[in-house]
Amino acid sequence: MELIFFYIFATLAVVTALGVVVFKNPISSAFSLVISFFAIAALYAMLSAHFIAVIQILVYAGAIMVLFIFVIMLLNLQKEELTERRASFLFKGTLVLFLGLFLGVLVLILKPLSSGFGIVDPNFGTVKAVGQILFTEYWFPFEYVSILLVVALIGGVVLAKKDL
Amino acid sequence: MVTLNHYLILSAILFSIGIAGLVVRRNVLIIFMSVELLLNAANVAFLAFAREQNSLEGQVAAFFVIAVAAAEAAVGLAIVIAIFRNRGTVKVDELNLMKN
Amino acid sequence: MLLILAKIIVPFFIILNIIPLLIWLERKGSAYIQDRRGPNRAALFGIIRLGGLVHSLTDVIKLLMKEDIVPTRVNRFFYFLAPFTTMSVACVTFAVLPFAAPVPWNGNFITLQAADLNAGLLYIFAIASLGIYGVMLAGWSSDNKYSLLGGLRSSAQMISYEIVLSLSVISVLMMAGSLEISQIVADQSAAVWKWNFVRQPLACLMFMIAMFAETNRLPFDLPEGESELVAGYHVEYSSMKFALFFMAEYTNMIIASAVMASLFFGGWQVPFLSTEFLRTHATEALKIVLAGGAGFHLLASVGFFLRGKANIKNKKWGDRRDWEPVILGVGALGIGLVLGAALIYVWPLVLAEKAAVIVTAALQAATFLVKILFFCWVFIWVRWTLPRFRYDQLMNLGWKKMLPLSLVNIMVTGVVLLVF
Repeated sequence: MELIFFYIFATLAVVTALGVVVFKNPISSAFSLVISFFAIAALYAMLSAHFIAVIQILVYAGAIMVLFIFVIMLLNLQKEELTERRASFLFKGTLVLFLGLFLGVLVLILKPLSSGFGIVDPNFGTVKAVGQILFTEYWFPFEYVSILLVVALIGGVVLAKKDL
Repeated sequence: MVTLNHYLILSAILFSIGIAGLVVRRNVLIIFMSVELLLNAANVAFLAFAREQNSLEGQVAAFFVIAVAAAEAAVGLAIVIAIFRNRGTVKVDELNLMKN
Repeated sequence: MLLILAKIIVPFFIILNIIPLLIWLERKGSAYIQDRRGPNRAALFGIIRLGGLVHSLTDVIKLLMKEDIVPTRVNRFFYFLAPFTTMSVACVTFAVLPFAAPVPWNGNFITLQAADLNAGLLYIFAIASLGIYGVMLAGWSSDNKYSLLGGLRSSAQMISYEIVLSLSVISVLMMAGSLEISQIVADQSAAVWKWNFVRQPLACLMFMIAMFAETNRLPFDLPEGESELVAGYHVEYSSMKFALFFMAEYTNMIIASAVMASLFFGGWQVPFLSTEFLRTHATEALKIVLAGGAGFHLLASVGFFLRGKANIKNKKWGDRRDWEPVILGVGALGIGLVLGAALIYVWPLVLAEKAAVIVTAALQAATFLVKILFFCWVFIWVRWTLPRFRYDQLMNLGWKKMLPLSLVNIMVTGVVLLVF
C-alpha cells in the first residue's frame, strides 16, 4: 500500500520536474514546479517528516513560487522560441540523463538493498520534537539563518529599487 | 516495501533533471527553478536518511535548506529584475558583456 | 473507511448548503442596512417566495444557462484552471477544523475532524498562501490589462496580510502550547472568560482585520472594486466559471469565520457548559435547548407579525411586499412549533449513554455552526457599513501599523507567560 503511494507521488514529482525543463511557457514551468513541490511534500509526509512537509508547502509552494510567478508576470515573459542548437540540446540532455543513471547505479552499489525503514516513535518529526532540537542543539545556525533572512530582505528591497 | 534506495534513486533522478534544466535552458528564471529542484532533491535525501537513522538532525538540515533557499530566491529574483531593467533581456546568452 | 469518507463529505456538503443561505443573507442584509427591501420577487409556482430565498436558486439557474464566453487569446489551460484552484483550495481548509469534542463510541474516540494534523495551524496558513494562485492565474490568463492589474494588486494585498495573520495567531499558539486545532479548542474550556478573544484581544482584532483582507472583502475590496477596476481579476469570466469564483469567495468567508470561531471564540465549546457536564446531563441540556429555541422562534414570529400588521396598516408600499414580514413570521412560527413539539416528545424520555453522547456532539456541532453563521453575518455587516480603503492606505496599514503591533503582541505574550 505504501509502495503504491510512493510510486504515485514519485512519478508525479519526476514527471512535473521534467515539465519544468521542457515547457516553453515560463508560467507553465512554474506551475509544473508547484505541483512537483506538492508531490515532494507528500513524500516528506510519508517519511514521517510532518513539520517539514507543511513547511515545504507553506514556504516553497506558497511563497517562493508565488514570487517566481510574480516576477514572470511583471517581466511579461513570453513563450521561448527554441531556435537552432537542437543538436546540442539533445546532446546535453542525454549527457545529463547518463549522469542521473550513473548516480542511481552508484546508490545501488554503495547501499545494498536494505530492508524497509525501522519503526520510529510517533513523536518523530512532529513540530515539538523538531522545535526542541532546533532550539537546544542547533540554536546557533537558527539565529544565524534568521540574520541571513534579514540580510536577504534588505538586499531584495535595495536591488529591486528603480534607481540603484 | 519502500526502502532507503527508493528515495535515494528518486533524489538522484530529481537532481539530474535539475542539472539538465540548468544546463539546457537559456531563460534565467527557468535556470532558477532548476536550482530549486536541486535543493529539493537534496532535501529528499536528507529526510530519507533521517528516517533511516532515526535521528532528527536530517530534518533540521532540511529545514535550514528550505530557509536558505527562500533567502536565495528572494535576492536572486531581485537581481533578475535589476538585470532586466538594465539589459532588457533575461536570456543567459545575451548577458555576456561585463560592461555596457 | 466509511467514517473517513463521511468526515470529508459532510463538511463539504455543509459548506455547499450554507452558500445559498449566505447569498440570501447578504442581499437581504445589505438591503435592510440600506433601508430598502432587497430581492423578493422570484417565486416558485407564482406563490412561494420564501422572503427572497428563492433568488439563490434562480441565480444558480441563471449562471448555469448563461453563454460561456471565452476570449480568444487567453491561455486556455490557466483560464480554466484558476476558478477550480480557488474553489478547491478554499474547501480543503475544513479538513482540520473540529466540529465537536471527540466522541467515545464503543471504546475508542472518534474525532469529528477529517485530519487531526499535528501541524494543523501551519496547514491553515499554507492553504491561505495557496489561495493567491487562483487570483494571480485568473488575472494573468485573461488577456486584459485591467484584470492583470487587479490580480497583481489582490495578490500583493493577500501576501501582505498573510504575515499579519500568521504573526497574530502565534500568540494564541504560545498560550495553547500546541499546533493541533483540536488542542487549541479544547484548551479554551467552556468558560467564556477563558476563550482566546478575552485572553488575547489584540490578536483577535488583528486576526479579524487580516481575515477581511485575505478574503478580499470590504473594507479591503479594492482589487474587485466595482467602481474602479470593473470587477478586477474575474472580469473576463462568464457563467459557470464566474459562479465558481463567486462561490469561492463565499467559501473563503465561511472558512475565515470557522477559523476565527475555532481559534478565538471557542470553536465547538458551548458557553458555560463543558463536555462532561453535557454528557452527564444530556436530557436536561436537550430540553433546555429545545425550550430556548422554541421560545426564541415564537417570540421572533410575534415580532414579525406585529411588524407585518404595521406595514399593512400604514401601506408602506401598497402591494404584496408589505406581507413579507408575515411570511417570515409564519416561517419562524413553524420552526417554533416544531421545536415545541420535539420538546413535548422528549419530555418524559431519559437518554441512554450513547444517545447522550450523540446529543452532546450534535449540540456542540450546532454551536460551531451558529458561531460560523454569526461571523459570516459580521463579514456582511462590515461590508455594507465601512467605505473602501485606497490601495496605498491598505499597504500602509498592513506593513507599517499591523506588523509591528503583532510583533509587540508576541513579545508581551511571551513576557507574561514567562513571568506568571
